[in-house]
Amino acid sequence: MSPLALIGPPSATFTPSEVSYLSILPMLIVAGAALIGVLVEAFAPRAARFTAQFAVAMLGLLAAFAVIAMRAPAMIGVTLSGAVVVDGPALVFQGMVLLMGAAGLALMAERFGGRGPDAFTPSGSSVPGSQAEGLAERLGTTTEVFPLTMFALLGMMLFPASGDLLTMFVALEVLSMPLYVLTALARRRRLLSQEAALKYFLLGSFSSAFFLFGAALLYGYAGSLNLGEIGRAVGTVSGRGGLLAAGALLLFVGLLFKVGAVPFHSWTPDVYQGAPTPVTGFMAACTKVAAFGALLRLVYVGLAGSRWDWELVLWIVAGLTMVVGSVLSVSQTDIKRLLAYSSVAHAGFILVGLLAIDRAGIAAVTFYLASYGFATIAAFGIVLLVRARGSEATHISQWAGLGRRAPVLAAGMGLLLMGFAGIPLTSGFTAKFAVFAAAVAHAGAAGVVLTVIGVLSSAVTAYVYFRIVVLMFFSEPGGAPVDVLRPSAGGATAIGVGLLTTVVLGVFPAPLLALAASASQFLW
Amino acid sequence: MSPIVLMSTPMTSVSALAPASPVVTAAGTSASAFPWLTLIGAIPLLGALLLFALPGRAQVGRALALGFSLLAFVVSVVAATRFDPGSTAQFQLGERLEWIPQFGVSYSLGVDGMGIAMIVMSTIIVPVCVLAGWHDVPEGGRRRNVYFAWMLLLEAMIIGVFASTDVFLFYVFFEAMLVPVYFLIGSYGGPQRHAAATKFLLVSLAGGLVMLAAVIGVYVLGPGGPDGFLVERLTGLSFDPLVERLLFVGFFLAFAIKAPMWPVHTWLPQAASQATPATSTLLVGILDKVGTFGMIRFCLQMFPEASRWATPVVIVLALVSIVFGAAVAIGQDDMLRLIAYTSISHFGFIVLGIFAFTHVAGAGSVLYMVNHGFSTAAMFLMAGMLAQRRGSVRISDYGGWQRVTPVLAGCFLVTGLATLSLPGMGSFVSEFLVMLGTFQRYPWAAAVSSLGIILAAIYILLWYQRVMTGPKPEGLERVPDLTGREKWVMAPLIAAFLVLGFYPAPVLDVINPSVSSTLQHAGVTEPRPTNPAPAGAMNGSAK
Repeated sequence: MSPLALIGPPSATFTPSEVSYLSILPMLIVAGAALIGVLVEAFAPRAARFTAQFAVAMLGLLAAFAVIAMRAPAMIGVTLSGAVVVDGPALVFQGMVLLMGAAGLALMAERFGGRGPDAFTPSGSSVPGSQAEGLAERLGTTTEVFPLTMFALLGMMLFPASGDLLTMFVALEVLSMPLYVLTALARRRRLLSQEAALKYFLLGSFSSAFFLFGAALLYGYAGSLNLGEIGRAVGTVSGRGGLLAAGALLLFVGLLFKVGAVPFHSWTPDVYQGAPTPVTGFMAACTKVAAFGALLRLVYVGLAGSRWDWELVLWIVAGLTMVVGSVLSVSQTDIKRLLAYSSVAHAGFILVGLLAIDRAGIAAVTFYLASYGFATIAAFGIVLLVRARGSEATHISQWAGLGRRAPVLAAGMGLLLMGFAGIPLTSGFTAKFAVFAAAVAHAGAAGVVLTVIGVLSSAVTAYVYFRIVVLMFFSEPGGAPVDVLRPSAGGATAIGVGLLTTVVLGVFPAPLLALAASASQFLW
Repeated sequence: MSPIVLMSTPMTSVSALAPASPVVTAAGTSASAFPWLTLIGAIPLLGALLLFALPGRAQVGRALALGFSLLAFVVSVVAATRFDPGSTAQFQLGERLEWIPQFGVSYSLGVDGMGIAMIVMSTIIVPVCVLAGWHDVPEGGRRRNVYFAWMLLLEAMIIGVFASTDVFLFYVFFEAMLVPVYFLIGSYGGPQRHAAATKFLLVSLAGGLVMLAAVIGVYVLGPGGPDGFLVERLTGLSFDPLVERLLFVGFFLAFAIKAPMWPVHTWLPQAASQATPATSTLLVGILDKVGTFGMIRFCLQMFPEASRWATPVVIVLALVSIVFGAAVAIGQDDMLRLIAYTSISHFGFIVLGIFAFTHVAGAGSVLYMVNHGFSTAAMFLMAGMLAQRRGSVRISDYGGWQRVTPVLAGCFLVTGLATLSLPGMGSFVSEFLVMLGTFQRYPWAAAVSSLGIILAAIYILLWYQRVMTGPKPEGLERVPDLTGREKWVMAPLIAAFLVLGFYPAPVLDVINPSVSSTLQHAGVTEPRPTNPAPAGAMNGSAK
């Protein structure tokens, strides 16, 4: 049977596909808000631009979330000829992306009394401190970050809801492009930021190319780009197993790059360090959620039947990601790089849950992402507040004695770090338990081995996190004075939500676990 | 003092120890109409939160801490009176709420005799520690309030540990209590406190995380369902032998670190010498008992087969701990390190008794946990009082102090005698029971362990001699003897030595049914007391 026979002849008449507008309404709202943002940027008077942009973006996100929260059961369905699949996992991931996006946006909008967002430069190409920059500073604001973020969020919402590989690729590009730009816009340490953006862009383009090539190979195998079709083809198509295995692995390269799994993690520390801190938080949380959503759909819908072909590779990747992420975080001296390596380790833990290949795994991954995402945004939000001579104090020695200077802030950071370390009664513990339990129960001996690697890696990362706690609470303040800025209401809310989820998901995780479990059925 | 002398002393406890029918079909949990156990834990928790919230200038912090800890003590005593030693239920005062049904976790509390004994012991020691730590943070203010807040938080979690009848819930408290201890050591204490706190945390966390893997394994292999983590549902399961042994090792390692046993004891001397005496008391007196408690509650009950498999190794490790701890203690110049090493020796006795699998030794071990709590508390607090007066913890800096502070010296002597298990002190009864019970099954082990008693006499008496006797030291005329507060610190502890030494029957009555039940779950039969079974008899006595 040739691939052509599977596709059939092109149909003579054009039939427009059915569109369930309710299902894609949240995405439409976000897209609309992004487009309005572009218009605001072009036409609104400069003085009103910040307020207008922030309001449009925030309202768009909250409205989209409200639609999901209120109408979720009615929204479930396959639409746009199978290009978009709105099912339980898709809705949960979209909801998470929206809420985390709102939190990230609130931190991006932090002005600290200035005119525009504090973290971004109005003119990325000018030399810092030059006349040209002064002019740009006077004339412009940096409000284009809001529509950019909204476009990225649109891609992130589409990513886990993609029914076929082409839609998934489009979503991947839509979410990546704005992030490349946002990464380059740091006001301070601009060269670092631009270098990071270039690195991210080049490596990201490579990974996209891998993804595309993998999609082509899978099309060659199954005769369709639709994930459901690919999944069905696994049992029936014979003789082209090489295409399937190679295609699957290339797709994994593309997606594992986005989640920052070893060996595709090398961009993470540089980009996390170089990007404006609120963007780092946004990226760490939302990109990870979206990419894991897509990875879940790819694995569970498209490739579960062929797991024997690629499982071993992903086990190794998961194990390496945990070990490398946790071990390399030990030697970091920059808090943003440290959190970057910690995010690599977290990606490994999440992969362990994903590899359960069971509904329990889906629920566990969802829960992990929810607890990690909000906490990581809050952690970067706190990094944003700690300043030395106007610039962020990212060297960890500058955090020494912070517990004396700003006890509430330091206590908040300490709580978040304990969550990352997985101390019981924080969300991090429940999340780790969920992924490891799923792996032990459903992934056999490999699950057990990965769990043992995972708990040992957790012990290593705990050392890293508690080292910061030691610095903050037990050490004397260092030489250069460190200031702590007061966040605005929005920023404080974003940080507060992170702290609150860390405690609430640790002490009362049952409701979210129930939600995640009830929304763990993929459609195709 | 040789074992023969010990044997010839009158035994108040043997009658209490011979239950008419030791086979109690203990099963299930009898629920309690009133949530006593939650209340005992909630009082210090509330106190801790209040103290965290207090403004820095509030001076009432420590008084509040004392009040809350005393209230918890009163409530725990009332709860203990509601405990019926004759009941056939495995756990009493039970409470159960659904917590995380997806994981099979319930908020499920309950105590057996051992649990209630440990809880009451804890609630006695915590107010003593609060009182002993009255001046530990001289600058006062917020930092002092937080010190006591961590203590109360630790108490709440310890009560949770002793009262949990859900493995997951136990694990949550077991790990979460590292945080208050970490801050107690790391923020308040000697110059190397950071390193000590970090070492303590990492070693404990590593053990705990390995245990987490075992906890997950137990649930996955267990009956599952929304209450699949209940201890009573996880006992009597039959695992694959290899799997059971791995799970056992996962649990045992965490408990051995906590207990601490040789060779995973290295964190303790460092932590105990850097922490404040009150923190060390909480650490060694109460917190480390969680290790031996966990061995009885979880290792023996859930993995009886593997426990018997591991017995030879564990017994040897326990004997090494006994002799090693005592021998190293003799050579210590730092008083706090000395006490830490004596504790390693004593924990060896407790573990020996647990893994002897006889009723007498088991009851002795549980009683030992209680007694050791009091005697170690007294040791650390005495050392702290000395150090406060002299400004040094080095034994070589002392000499002739019984002429300066006679009351302190007297208390010190009583405490020391309790530590070396003089007849009439509570620790004598428990040590004797452990050795007697061990002798029934492993005469050689009992013989080796008696070395520990001889060494104990050496390190205590030598210590007393070097600190208290000798010519009156110069320039210490103004050093005060025990203050009123310090007398109140020592009085309950010394009373506890004597009461448990002369009349341990009530405590043994409470402990005995839980020991029988544990041994029954472990599936071992008693060796015939008149004709001690040879070491190999265990294999034949499997259920």
